Amino acid sequence: MSTLVIQDLHVEIEGKEILRGVNLTINTSEIHAIMGPNGTGKSTLASAIMGHPKYEVTSGSITLDGEDVLAMEVDERARAGLFLAMQYPSEISGVTNADFMRSAMNARREEGDEISLMKFIRELDSKMETLDMDQDMAQRYLNEGFSGGEKKRNEILQMMMIKPTIAVLDEIDSGLDIDALKVVSDGINQMKGEGFGCLIITHYQRLLNYITPDHVHVMMQGRVVKSGGAELAHKLEAEGYDWIKQELGIEDETVGQA
Amino acid sequence: MTVGTNLKMTEQELRSFSEMNGEPSWFTELRLRSFAEAETLPLPKPDKTKILSWNFTDYPVHTVKSTTFGSIEDLTEDIRTIVDLDQKNLYIQHNNTPAFSRISEDLAAKGVILTDIFTALREHGDLVKKYFMTNGVKADEHKLTALNAALMNGGAFLYVPKNVEVEEPVQVVFYHDDADASLFNHVIVVADTSSKVTYVENYFSTVEKSNGLANIVSEVFAEDNAQITYGAVDVLAEGFTTYVNRRGIAARDAKIEWALGMMNDSDTISENVTHLVGDNSIGDTKTVVVGRGSQKQNFTTKVVHWGKNSDGQILKHGVMKDSASSIFNGIGKIEHGATKSNAEQESRVLMLSPKARGDANPILLIDEDDVTAGHAASVGRVDPLQLYYLMSRGITKQEAERLVIHGFLAPVVNVLPIEGVKKQLTEVIERKVR
Repeated sequence: MSTLVIQDLHVEIEGKEILRGVNLTINTSEIHAIMGPNGTGKSTLASAIMGHPKYEVTSGSITLDGEDVLAMEVDERARAGLFLAMQYPSEISGVTNADFMRSAMNARREEGDEISLMKFIRELDSKMETLDMDQDMAQRYLNEGFSGGEKKRNEILQMMMIKPTIAVLDEIDSGLDIDALKVVSDGINQMKGEGFGCLIITHYQRLLNYITPDHVHVMMQGRVVKSGGAELAHKLEAEGYDWIKQELGIEDETVGQA
Repeated sequence: MTVGTNLKMTEQELRSFSEMNGEPSWFTELRLRSFAEAETLPLPKPDKTKILSWNFTDYPVHTVKSTTFGSIEDLTEDIRTIVDLDQKNLYIQHNNTPAFSRISEDLAAKGVILTDIFTALREHGDLVKKYFMTNGVKADEHKLTALNAALMNGGAFLYVPKNVEVEEPVQVVFYHDDADASLFNHVIVVADTSSKVTYVENYFSTVEKSNGLANIVSEVFAEDNAQITYGAVDVLAEGFTTYVNRRGIAARDAKIEWALGMMNDSDTISENVTHLVGDNSIGDTKTVVVGRGSQKQNFTTKVVHWGKNSDGQILKHGVMKDSASSIFNGIGKIEHGATKSNAEQESRVLMLSPKARGDANPILLIDEDDVTAGHAASVGRVDPLQLYYLMSRGITKQEAERLVIHGFLAPVVNVLPIEGVKKQLTEVIERKVR
């Protein structure tokens, strides 16, 4: 079992504090969902875990099985087992999707032990089929000219190929129609198991109709303010966030505003 | 370096050099006339690069003698990295010496000519005379074209007769392994009416540093309805001050495509002009550049539209590292009367270090109303978010940079017509950006 532990995490962007003491523990075989209104720091948490260059961790810690994640470079974090499905993946011209994924997979292997081309293609084909992706997307340039939905599927495809220990999915459901949402959920559900833990960041409870979370957390004002089981998501869907704000005496749930 | 012409040769020596090569008298006269004119003609003026202090005239020796290759098996290991042993249509020049030549029986029977420029002058004098510095590059354009005509010591001639379509690419290798050699090369490629050919040349230095000069002129003619794909990978050594002028003339319905990999380690002035003379002609120029060290380079790519409904495309991508600097001039010129023409260009420069300099300079000169034209230019650094994205998948920073650079140059590299040459260019890029 692997464990990602986030303790009292404070994060700034351009001098503005966005996370104000996040605590969270994610084990493999668990699915966590973080919900919350816009502007409460959910995506910042995702970016801070992966090491986005614009986010500065000012205090607190992130460890993976006791290893200090914050001391690692972005690529080291990935090789240690972390993965972030990004909300806005970069487009990289001239680099095919397939070449990129092979490089990513080989980056985890010793020199001389690279994945064979045949094995890679077989695996890619089958995962693309699961995600209902056109086969020609493998040869297209990385995210270049992809529609919003294609980018999301491509993020999940990468996750399925790379097989991380802990994956963070940042609004993977935004902009997806219901068919695409089902397909993406199928992909995530395929990953479920003892060697895989997942943190799903979402605005919408709807994704959780297809992926049942073990833990649901609500973020406001740059902190996790409430945690519960799958039933919490249902309650949020039915009643919104106001009852939490009332319960905690929060007037403005967002952070970073003057 | 002095500005004045410091030519190693005398007129008399030039005359005997011409005689020794058995050149026709019109050519000897062209040499001597150009030799005299070179004294007074000015240097070319590439936009935004001052070359008055560059050395284009002082070289160690006019001609060096190098070995020839009796058969393809005799090629050196170096050359074999860029030449497939089953390459059927091949000419190799070793420094200044015509060293190997062969052409498939089929093409020879159809009248295709592939030979060194001296043999061409001797055996196909009238044909060469028709094209040599007549409608393409003029000898008296400036000092460097005049010097090319006067001092020509190498080059190649490719002629494809009417209606002949050459399926397999023709490859010409200018192999340079003598630090004292200079290249005054002249290449002529002619595709006669409704013919088709792919020509690829390699300028290939294996010495670390060169003391010589390169003054290279290529004239490329696509006659009515003909198609030429012209690929080049230039890898000339540091010190080899280079002027390279590749010019195309496309007649009615003709098409000239260029794919140029400009990988010299020397200071280089490159001029690539395509004249779309005939109606419906097409000129498509793709160029990739990698600059490193303290290299200074200037790349002028120009398409001139004379014919109606002509289409000109310019695509240039360059990567600059260390304190290398490059000017990318892109010029689309539409002459009066070239109605319905389209001139497009795109120049992009990626800088890998704070001291690297790149300047993209797009110019549209339009003297006709009923046309379309467009340009895009950008000069920038590697996007940190792209690197972040790639690294978030476990790819190291170095590998991520490599992917971004290759991706940036891919639009040109991928269209190079010979697999081996594409591979060579990829490897050269790899070596240069590391």
